[in-house]
Amino acid sequence: MPITINGAEYELDVDPRTSLLDFLRRDAGLTGTKKGCDHGQCGACTVLLNGQRINSCLTLAVMHDGDSVTTIEGLGTPDAPHPLQAAFVRHDGYQCGYCTPGQICSAKAMLDEIAAGWTSFVSDDVAGTPKLSEEEIRERMSGNLCRCGAYSNIVAAISEVAEAQA
Amino acid sequence: MTRLYTMDKPDDRNRLDAMAQGIIGRPLDRPDGSAKTAGVAPYAAEYVIPECAEGVLVLSTISRGEVVEIESGPVLAMPGVLAVIADPRMITRSAQGGAGKSPVREIQHVDYYGQPVALVVAETFEQARDAATRLRIAYRADDPAKVPLDSEDGHAPHESFGEPVQQGNLDAAMRDAVHAVDVTYTTEGHASAAMEPHASIAEWDGNTLTAHSSLQMLKYNQKELADALGLQPEQVRLIAPYVGGGFGSKLGISAELTAAAVAAIELGRPVRVVMSRQQVFQTVMRRSETRQRIRLAADAEGRLDGFGHEAWVSNLPGEKFAEPVTQASEFLYRGAHRTLRIDLARIHRMTAGSVRAPGEAVGMQCLEAAMDELAIASGIDPVELRLRNIPEQHPSEGLPYSSRRLAECLKIGAERFGWDGSDRRPLPRREGEWWIGTGMATACRVHNLNEAQAKVTLSTDGTAVVESDMTDIGTGTYAILGQIAGEMLGLPPEKVLVQLGDTRYPPGAGSGGSWGAASTGSAVMVACEAIREQLAQQLGVEEADLTLKDGEAITGNRRIPFTELLETDLTETGHFKNGGIDEQFAIAMYGAFFVEVGVNAYTGETRVRRMTGAFGLGRALNAKTATSQCLGGMVWGIGSALTEELVFDPRDGHLVNHDLAEYHVPVNADVPALDVVLVDERDPAGSPLQAKGVGELGICGAAGAIANAIHHACGVRVRSFPITPDKLLDQLPEV
Repeated sequence: MPITINGAEYELDVDPRTSLLDFLRRDAGLTGTKKGCDHGQCGACTVLLNGQRINSCLTLAVMHDGDSVTTIEGLGTPDAPHPLQAAFVRHDGYQCGYCTPGQICSAKAMLDEIAAGWTSFVSDDVAGTPKLSEEEIRERMSGNLCRCGAYSNIVAAISEVAEAQA
Repeated sequence: MTRLYTMDKPDDRNRLDAMAQGIIGRPLDRPDGSAKTAGVAPYAAEYVIPECAEGVLVLSTISRGEVVEIESGPVLAMPGVLAVIADPRMITRSAQGGAGKSPVREIQHVDYYGQPVALVVAETFEQARDAATRLRIAYRADDPAKVPLDSEDGHAPHESFGEPVQQGNLDAAMRDAVHAVDVTYTTEGHASAAMEPHASIAEWDGNTLTAHSSLQMLKYNQKELADALGLQPEQVRLIAPYVGGGFGSKLGISAELTAAAVAAIELGRPVRVVMSRQQVFQTVMRRSETRQRIRLAADAEGRLDGFGHEAWVSNLPGEKFAEPVTQASEFLYRGAHRTLRIDLARIHRMTAGSVRAPGEAVGMQCLEAAMDELAIASGIDPVELRLRNIPEQHPSEGLPYSSRRLAECLKIGAERFGWDGSDRRPLPRREGEWWIGTGMATACRVHNLNEAQAKVTLSTDGTAVVESDMTDIGTGTYAILGQIAGEMLGLPPEKVLVQLGDTRYPPGAGSGGSWGAASTGSAVMVACEAIREQLAQQLGVEEADLTLKDGEAITGNRRIPFTELLETDLTETGHFKNGGIDEQFAIAMYGAFFVEVGVNAYTGETRVRRMTGAFGLGRALNAKTATSQCLGGMVWGIGSALTEELVFDPRDGHLVNHDLAEYHVPVNADVPALDVVLVDERDPAGSPLQAKGVGELGICGAAGAIANAIHHACGVRVRSFPITPDKLLDQLPEV
């Protein structure tokens, strides 16, 4: 079965050593997903795999027969941005822009996780329903490094979108 | 035409404030933002180039010695492998910032563990990576026990670097002082760790080498690469419109670029080389570890009579760079009796070079911690102590200061934070298992200017284009150059297109030393002034009487759209030079940090709870991007204070924590909602824009404020950065 990326189907006829990240960047030509460490340490390669966030450098492309992947290009475009993309621009939630697609994909999935009731290390009651807060956002976005140090603005951007959705 | 502007005196004209468009300084969104957030802004490795082969570097596994043999045969027999290249044109180290010539080549001669010694090229990345892992290299290695690997060991040769300041008699001042502090602080090595690893794609057409590469200062990089390859600079074209962070690590060319270039020339096809994260850590640049002795001799009121700052740093043999630890110490505080010096140990670790705010980043954090010790010794509010020690003139050179907002920053920051410095005794408060304390520090960073050119074209369709090989490494260059041109030419920002990062454009200042905006921005302003003069001439008025706004020229009761006024495009190149303004004034950016931390009473973990930074950096050209630069600097301060340290194995000098899992940069949860205040300032000596540098100030002293807050919170003074829990644990008070 092919892999579906942003709604389009791609054949997985690749070297079995190819990571999902390299497949996206090279074979699918979607370089919005970034390679920052190739070891699952920085989050720049975060994409949505069947709706959930994943470090695409930590999984092999051939393992994803039949899966559906959404990358930053699938969330929105410069002319028709996703609300998170627009909020990152407004709040200057980036500087060099290299971690940014990963941050935005991660934020998208993270908000869905909170909506689905997943608790985190900072949730008051792990058996309860998590409340959206800046502390929750910081905790849940900590797998996405930003060396430019735009964290305050990233939190502001995500908070704005989350509040608009609520 | 090219218009030259030489900054040899303060520029009091303040032209930007006299313009009518009203966009300069405004917190506009970056024009590059929608491309970056949509993932369509191309970084160096991301260009689609047909027939591009893939190269992977191979690094040495010894600390010093010679490569005797590279066993290429077995690797060349692997599927897809095209070549194993170890060529005398390949470089072993990154070029220092502004070098303009090739760094050390001779890759068969190993000077540090992790030095590039070969490149494996294959059809695909997977093939090249596999082959590179399997490449066997025979070395003749020096006995590591005889190789100086650590600046603290007795074998490392030392030399004095730069010109020491020796003024009066500091020893006597220390003896006579009412309050004296004589302390030694240490900092560990730092990595830039820009999120985009160093990457290059090289193409050779038989005459010209074209490379997409991740670089900060193209005009120097062009010469460096040409020199390494034995080409003329005109035979090298570099392209870098988007750079995924630099922080000094991309000031000079790095090994992947020359390796890709040599491979492209040898193989006659394009070659891409991207460093792995581990390779970036091991081969690019480190900030040197430092040991700093600070002596402060004060009278009963805390006024400094003696000031000493002596630093020990390290670098590889042959490198002409030493972390300029005492740079701000030369002029920040009073003290007639002064001793400042830097000693450089020659050791065999990777190259030490510029990492964000070289000098002040680590110098200021230790000085400001020592100042806190003086505040405690003298019982004076740390803010007041600093206010009392602002000199009237440069304490060694007698120069006047240009605009300096240090006192305002201290006061505004204190008020905004709610600072109470009346009682600085430790252990003021505990919340559950957390000791809570506050601390503050001064921020200071010298202002640099660099030669820069930019071309501006005002077109008959009423739009303008700005072109320079200047880079935007996240700093906001696209935004601010557009705002400067828009302000000067009376155009809304969406009518100005800024094109950067290509050596086909005029040479800008490059991104380094916080000089990019003030220098390249001034070149843009100068070009725009020349265009304004042409418009004025066409209208028969004085340039100063011409108002340009919203695409129209307004003079007297005439209002003419550019689209009607212009019969041809007007193109001018601005050329900005520093004509010695910094020899007439001590020019710097200043600020103040205030921070509240919690120190865990049981684990010694420190959490930054809130942090305010007030900064005087001249005119902010875009309040949004300037604020972001300051935020980023403060985040670096948190890392420098609490987590960041390069750890080298003392047995063979290899970098142990060479990735982002083990070298701990701050993550989102480490950073509270930071508060930045830009204190209004115009500095006519800073640049014709009356702007100064922005990108580095936010780190310069920030970690000192955190160290001081830790001391206030739990009573433990740690003189070794980073302040990790183990350094606090056995000294924490009983709960």
